[in-house]
Amino acid sequence: MARLPQAVRGFWLTFSMMFRKPITEQYPEEKHIYPPKPRFHGRHQLNRYADGLEKCIGCELCAWACPADAIYVEGADNSDEARFSPGERYGKIYQINYLRCILCGLCIEACPTRALTMTNEYELADDSRAKLIYEKQDLLAPLLPGMAQPPHQMVDGFSDRNYYSGKVTGATPAQIAESEQA
Amino acid sequence: MTVTANPSQNNQLELITATVDGVEVRVPKGTLIIRAAEQLGVQIPRFCDHPSLEPVAACRMCLVEIDGIPKPQPSCAIPLTEGMVVRTQQSSEVAAKAQEGVMEFLLLNHPLDCPVCDKGGECPLQNQAMTNGRPYSRFEEGTKRLFEKPININSEILLDRERCVSCARCTRFADEIAGDPTLELLERGAQQQVGTADDRPFESYFGGNTIQICPVGALTSATYRFRSRPFDLISHNTICEHCASGCSTRTDIRRGKIMRRLAANDPEVNEEWNCDKGRFAFTHTTLDRITTPLIRENGELRTASWPEAIEFAANGLKDKQSGVLTGGRLPQEDVYAYSRFARVALNTNNVDFRNRYASKEEADFLTHHVAANSMHVTYRDLENAEIVLLVAFEPENESPIVQLRLRKAVRKSKLKVIAIDTAAIEGYKKLNAEIILTKPGLEADALNKLVPSLNGKNVIVLVGERAATSSGLLSAVASMGKSTSAKFAWVPRRAGDRGAVEAGLLPTLLPGGKLVKDAADRAEVAAEWGVAQLPGQSGLDQVEMVKAALSGDLDAFVIGGLDVYDVSYHSDFIAALEKTFVVSLEQHYSSVTEHADVVLPVGVITERSGTFVNWEGRERSFAAAMHQSLALTDARVLHLIAEKLGVKFADQAKPSELHKSLTSLKDSSNTSTMSAVASIKVPGILLAGLRQLIDNGSLQQGEPHLAATAREAVARVSAATASANGLVDGNLVIIKSSTGQMVLPLLVSEVADETVWVPLNSDGSTPLKNLSVSIGESVQLQDGGRYVL
Repeated sequence: MARLPQAVRGFWLTFSMMFRKPITEQYPEEKHIYPPKPRFHGRHQLNRYADGLEKCIGCELCAWACPADAIYVEGADNSDEARFSPGERYGKIYQINYLRCILCGLCIEACPTRALTMTNEYELADDSRAKLIYEKQDLLAPLLPGMAQPPHQMVDGFSDRNYYSGKVTGATPAQIAESEQA
Repeated sequence: MTVTANPSQNNQLELITATVDGVEVRVPKGTLIIRAAEQLGVQIPRFCDHPSLEPVAACRMCLVEIDGIPKPQPSCAIPLTEGMVVRTQQSSEVAAKAQEGVMEFLLLNHPLDCPVCDKGGECPLQNQAMTNGRPYSRFEEGTKRLFEKPININSEILLDRERCVSCARCTRFADEIAGDPTLELLERGAQQQVGTADDRPFESYFGGNTIQICPVGALTSATYRFRSRPFDLISHNTICEHCASGCSTRTDIRRGKIMRRLAANDPEVNEEWNCDKGRFAFTHTTLDRITTPLIRENGELRTASWPEAIEFAANGLKDKQSGVLTGGRLPQEDVYAYSRFARVALNTNNVDFRNRYASKEEADFLTHHVAANSMHVTYRDLENAEIVLLVAFEPENESPIVQLRLRKAVRKSKLKVIAIDTAAIEGYKKLNAEIILTKPGLEADALNKLVPSLNGKNVIVLVGERAATSSGLLSAVASMGKSTSAKFAWVPRRAGDRGAVEAGLLPTLLPGGKLVKDAADRAEVAAEWGVAQLPGQSGLDQVEMVKAALSGDLDAFVIGGLDVYDVSYHSDFIAALEKTFVVSLEQHYSSVTEHADVVLPVGVITERSGTFVNWEGRERSFAAAMHQSLALTDARVLHLIAEKLGVKFADQAKPSELHKSLTSLKDSSNTSTMSAVASIKVPGILLAGLRQLIDNGSLQQGEPHLAATAREAVARVSAATASANGLVDGNLVIIKSSTGQMVLPLLVSEVADETVWVPLNSDGSTPLKNLSVSIGESVQLQDGGRYVL
């Protein structure tokens, strides 16, 4: 071997590789082969209570905790005409700038109502800067069966404290009717 | 917040020696332990303690150990005595444990609202729970005492009762500082709460301060609620643009929008208070702004470019007889630019800053006794005076910080306040003032009668802008200043007025107190402005300009910041504007832009730097709070027009350059005095009144919460006048003039006879606009039947 010309020695390595099993990942066609670990820090999600009301109270603690200044929140008053969350206050504007976000999860720790959590979604690339600023509607959790689209009232007879202690199990007919009317 | 506590008025301080945390301190007798500790750099936690309020020891947070006393004592209420040995939480386990215990109790019923509470992030309770509280509460289970939340204690202030720690700061402020003792602690024990009698709103012009001094989030502002967090805000030091008090304020901005305004601490001026108008009325900076230049074409205003509009304005003003009128919103630099523009570019002395009742006598008074007479009387002088005489000036409505300072002096140093006015308004009563009621126009006689009794005493006379309506009054004040030891000061209502006097915006006055008729003064100002000469004959004041315009002797106006309905002859004024070429420099659409030929938009107070001169003559400089604005200042717009007229100033109308230029002119040794004027007695029932602090002023627009705290407009007459005219207390009264009438609820109270007192620009009471009648003019009264809400 040692006497073979250098070029042949080099091509031998290439040749030998032809008999090995390829390890090419067919991403994005086959992205399910290696799913992220359950506690992977992916895109954020704004959660809902079981009746569809938003958990976010617009307190801005996530924005305060954020080391990259990636979150912008503006709070506003819930009113009797338009209620988005239990209690007095909801997040009217909610933006996360994924150009800045380092997915550290400090915002999740700061959130007092468990409104903000992280999903496993990691495909945070796009072709413009504007598209990477996620608005509230991009971040809100989908409406699951049994939820009604806010704005609607709280469950009849319940206060915000009942929501925080997890007493709500789903949207009542009155809430669904109110939601559909709007 | 640290102040050197010195309650004694003696210059000879009696010092005592005591020991705090093992350190020997020598402090004036009477110094509270908490203040002495501050001087050592030891921060004892506190909620109820506030340097400007009386000690109350309500919150118990500041407990310290004192040798010889078996239990911990509140350091905010106990003065140090000779040889006292005090140990704070820094050196005493007992004190530290006591404080932790108090904090645990305070948090017992405190809701977990921090995420939604406006105070969160700047909250003394949050901070001190971290520094002086237990890491964990022992009260883990159980329900907190809850209240319905929030409730309004007035339309501007919201109360979350469960957040309250009963420190009584707000109630003490209302009682001691503002003099509106309607806010009180109600109920007992865990049910203790702040409230007002019979759930009536908390009526005060200073209520916003309670929000600022609340050490928890119990009191919040309806306007600011949920708007932002402390870390969102960029704070700017600003000066309030509303009145001549000259308050230091803090403007908090989030992403180019003003979120709130707070009082800043300025011990020489507003201490740490301001009024609700200064605190809440900032929406005018964004509401209905004029954004582009406008030109009138075929009777309609149309959008134009800046070069086109400037050219249009310059062509309209060229070789015309013009007049320059300004209002009270303008900083000193801008009025100075108007003054210079009139004299140099328009070659006229037809200038006047007074868009209200104005007289020749007032112009004379301002020229000889106010201009270039800065800091003759200060807030501190008011505190040290023996007697303060208020002449046609009700400070609570017309300069609220003067009211607070007078009230402080009345409470602390036994100042006596005497007021000469047409009605005994509430504000006077808060000063325990002796009120001398006079019919409008006769104030001078009352003053002259009073003068002998004041001789030899330390007297300060404060005379308001309403004095201009009373012939002879200002000359009586001036002669009193000459004949007695009394000092006097003129307290205008608007922020820009005193600066306008300094800038020479009167027909007989040049900047820096220099006189138009004096050739040497003219030459000096001309040299500063780089021109050969200035017009030498004195100009027309506003009333004369309107007349001259109607008779065709005046062809053009340059107007900045005024409303034609601020004068009773507004129909003449409008006719004059219709007849002439009008250049209007304005922020908002107004009664002047309606009749203007060219409208040039200018920047609001937040978008520019400048200086207001307060009633003392103190310069109050401020920087732009919004740096990104492209709006031009009035001075810059005038500069552009002047350039088109062929006049160019080297300074380009930069505020700092204008300020420097004006300052260089302020060395007047003008010692002339005004000539005496006789008072005139007008027969019949006369109109009296003032502009209430919170009313329909154009800088207060767009603030519904603030507007709802305004005092209800009522007409006041004396009992004698009521019975003579068949009027009944509580009924409606119809006030008539030759051109109109208005109907108001009647209140029979302390008013001079043959006088009806009304607010001048409040809801339902706009006599200047509706009746075309000003103060001191006669009206007819008639009973209007029962008043049903």
